[in-house]
Amino acid sequence: MSYCPHTDKEIEKMLRVIGADSVDELFSDIAPALRSGELKLEKGKSEFEVMGALEKLSSNCRPAGISFMGGGFYDHFIPSAVNALSQLPEFLTAYTPYQSECSQGTLQIIYEYQTAVCRLTGLDGANASVYDGGTALAEAIMMAVRKTGRKKIVIDGGVNPLYKDIIKTYFSGAEFSLIEIASEGCCMARKKFKEALDGDTAAAVIQNPNFFGTVDDYSDVTASAHSAGAAAVGSFYPVALAILKTPAEMGFDIASGSGQSLGIPLSFGGPYLGFLAASTAYLRNLPGRITGAAFDSAGRRGFVLTLQEREQHIRRERASSNICSNQNLCALRALIYLSLVGKDGFREIAALSRDKSEYAKELIGKIPSVKIKNTAATFNEFVFETDFPAETLLGAMAESGIDAGIDLGGFYEGFEKSVLISFTEKNKKEDIDFFARTLAKFLSEKQ
Amino acid sequence: MKLIYEKSVEGRKGVKIPGRDVKHYPTLADNLLRKFPAGLPEVSELDTVRHFSKLSKENYSVDSNFYPLGSCTMKYNPKVLEDAAALGGFRNLHPFLCYSPSGKRSISGALELLYNLEKALTAVTGMDEVSFQPMAGAHGEFAGMKIAAAFHASRGEKRKIVIVPDTSHGTNPASSAMSGFDVVTVASDKNGEMDMVEYKKNLNGSVAAVMMTCPNTLGIFNRNIREVCELAHKAGALAYCDGANMNAIMGKMRPGDAGFDIMHLNMHKTFATPHGGGGPGAGPVCVKKNLADFLPGPAIIKGADGGFSIIKRPRSIGRLAPFFGNFGVLVKAYAYILLMGGDGLSDASEKAVLNANYIKAALEKFYELPYKRRCMHECVFSASKQMEKGVRALDIAKFLIDRGFHPPTIYFPLIVKEALMIEPTETESLYTIDEFIEAMKDAAQEAAEDPELFKRHPLSSCIGRLDETSAARKLNIKYPEK
Amino acid sequence: MNIYYTKDHEWVKVEGRRGIMGISAYAVKQLGDITYVELPEVGKEITKSGVVCTVESVKAASDIYAPVTAKVTEANSALESAPEKLNESPEDEGWIAKLEISSPDDVNDLMTPDKYKEFLKSLE
Repeated sequence: MSYCPHTDKEIEKMLRVIGADSVDELFSDIAPALRSGELKLEKGKSEFEVMGALEKLSSNCRPAGISFMGGGFYDHFIPSAVNALSQLPEFLTAYTPYQSECSQGTLQIIYEYQTAVCRLTGLDGANASVYDGGTALAEAIMMAVRKTGRKKIVIDGGVNPLYKDIIKTYFSGAEFSLIEIASEGCCMARKKFKEALDGDTAAAVIQNPNFFGTVDDYSDVTASAHSAGAAAVGSFYPVALAILKTPAEMGFDIASGSGQSLGIPLSFGGPYLGFLAASTAYLRNLPGRITGAAFDSAGRRGFVLTLQEREQHIRRERASSNICSNQNLCALRALIYLSLVGKDGFREIAALSRDKSEYAKELIGKIPSVKIKNTAATFNEFVFETDFPAETLLGAMAESGIDAGIDLGGFYEGFEKSVLISFTEKNKKEDIDFFARTLAKFLSEKQ
Repeated sequence: MKLIYEKSVEGRKGVKIPGRDVKHYPTLADNLLRKFPAGLPEVSELDTVRHFSKLSKENYSVDSNFYPLGSCTMKYNPKVLEDAAALGGFRNLHPFLCYSPSGKRSISGALELLYNLEKALTAVTGMDEVSFQPMAGAHGEFAGMKIAAAFHASRGEKRKIVIVPDTSHGTNPASSAMSGFDVVTVASDKNGEMDMVEYKKNLNGSVAAVMMTCPNTLGIFNRNIREVCELAHKAGALAYCDGANMNAIMGKMRPGDAGFDIMHLNMHKTFATPHGGGGPGAGPVCVKKNLADFLPGPAIIKGADGGFSIIKRPRSIGRLAPFFGNFGVLVKAYAYILLMGGDGLSDASEKAVLNANYIKAALEKFYELPYKRRCMHECVFSASKQMEKGVRALDIAKFLIDRGFHPPTIYFPLIVKEALMIEPTETESLYTIDEFIEAMKDAAQEAAEDPELFKRHPLSSCIGRLDETSAARKLNIKYPEK
Repeated sequence: MNIYYTKDHEWVKVEGRRGIMGISAYAVKQLGDITYVELPEVGKEITKSGVVCTVESVKAASDIYAPVTAKVTEANSALESAPEKLNESPEDEGWIAKLEISSPDDVNDLMTPDKYKEFLKSLE
């Protein structure tokens, strides 16, 4: 199956117009010595055979039935209309809206999405999205570096470890200095963090809720950053923003995060959605695509890509970033999701996610050898510790059909017996009860 | 069209949220909470469905229109790819299972898919190993440049320069600069290929890499490509291939064979995953064996027992994505490769090149052809003839919209004045292409006869030409909350 | 005040050690509608031929180079809210920065208005 519609007659006609004797002649600029032989791949197959092969691979993806895994990526329910509408052919198979007059669909949804991000974060402007939460955070830090002209970056230990890795890759140049302030338990080491902010700091980088699930008000920290002339840059969980203090209210200049929890499936790591929003002072520093409202000569309102002169296709090596594509279809999914759950529904989802987590905390907190490590308020995640290596415990839970969480030992020193456990509105009370019973049984049997 | 926010009514409810089976817990302390709820839409499900369905009709797309955007490879996106990515096993798989030892068997199907895809991509490109972390082409270029930097650093060499031809895509110099390099641009000669004299003059011990696109952005195959790579190697530099134009050469030539050390591929171009209005894409980076240690993220290996596992690369440039990049997009690319097979991919390149050459031959009497030689999968014209009467490439693009075609790429590459870059792709029939050619001929004629009238296009779209200047001066990038 | 032009289409009006700079009508025509001017900071030291600031139009972002080595004493804040002034009056009300010139000899290799007119002709 090659999807090429050409008949032999048509090929003949085309070659005549071109003035070539064969299709092969059209490749004459490639030196014979450079010509490759047949591709070492199997021959093409039908849809039936291909789906069969993929179904087999899909069936070999067999996680335990019940999941309490989070760590920045959450299993929230996705209304059916999100799939139906994002699959509309004119959204799915269009390209970047360079020609406004035939791309108003895409341009308007980006404008609506940008608006949603601003309303969630409280900030003044947002872009059309970047690849994911990690690269979004890296881009946010780049904005701070460009604006302040400084090279020191202070990162809270509670920022997602995977995002910290991405930041290390982006800022591996010798001119940058990355200072990570290790957490105190599950909280920010506030004094140490503030002390690290000085006249060389470009950005103070914070996550809320942090990787351990802790929720805090970082207004005092952003104030310290500003006193030092640095930018306050944060990574946020959008569902939590339904109820938590906004980045703007806390004094952040730039907010980023993963929009995966807004109607985007887990899909083994991607495609996800990185949102990026900023206060007025940083707006012109936003990388990537931005859509703005505009008018035609008849006074009709439409939308266009704006501030393009910052982008790689015009500024080339002087561009704010090299980013070209956004995650448009994922941004569309997020917009449709937020429209479907609505202002109140979104708050209900956040409340349910938190209450399921509080219920679980209460329940397993009662088990004698379980210690809840969080000392401060949490949203939908928390950390618990037992006498056993997390690896062993999680393995045993998986045998019973439960993926009970994430082993923190691989990411933080001293957390080898700790598990990060996460909840959404999809987790049933009966499953949480079953987990608590199974955990209690495992721990008592191992005494 | 009205915004979803303009259709909101206070108190209107959307979908039913899952029920509550646990009690209400005390809310968080006041200082942790936002003062006011986020101003999200309050619309019914039907309102939402109507809103987005209507909006979609304001878009041109491959499914509804011929879309010859040069450099973007707007080929048909087979629907079965969507079904493949939607398979429950893939869709619901939590990525953190990668880090759980008991998780290995939960994800073996996904690992096997990535392993097989890596093998397929190396077969197509002539490279040795692949990382799937880069989430777009530009991200792949960034990875490639960071690999080049790591390679030279590992040999104790300080090389600060990357050479690019003046026809390169903007992401090439941008990615280089982001990786800490200075960019030197070499002009193209009268044949549209990088000037070899200038190139040799600029090659020295400070050059880390040369970044080429093959075929280049003029749609021209650089006949010196092997020499470019050899000379780079002689100077101790690496050769990078921007694989955006891979659709022209599958089964005909492999960049690895020409001497390239690193390249990236665009899954959303060559491998038919849908563009989605600007993403998500996937830009895997591929390297020769001697650079494999530096690839971003972990490797997937197949054990003697046939099982798959994840291995850290000790000298990796680090992580560019949290896990394996845009897995959902990679599933589609894999399905596409299985559908096409080696024979189908070769056929695709043949027909892509045939279609582009046909258009070139049909239109060369009507539009100026800056480089009068064989093109590959795309051809570049200049609207310079039309400019004599004040009609620009932009105006021709707007005319085409009125005729139901998405315009070709305009004003790129930068070295061609009033450029029109046409890439038909292989999935278009002669019937459609002939219609497009007729429209281009009509455009040339109408532009010559009445330039002022011509510049009023588009006239039949839902909106006319928008005032981009005011949009940039008086920025309005979000709908204000009441 | 004497006015001089650079090959990159900046102009500078000079009176002793005081100067005003901007970009020429030709430059503005090439750029198209100006959408944003990123003004230089007051007190900024600029070196001849170095980048002073950036001017953005819908299709391009252009670096503006210093005609002379100087210190910026004032920036035309009117351009922040009304970038269109630069299109309307590039060589008068659309000035970009007032300068305290370090070495007046820097103007010696710049073009007089007549020479600049000739230079523009040669570009056609």
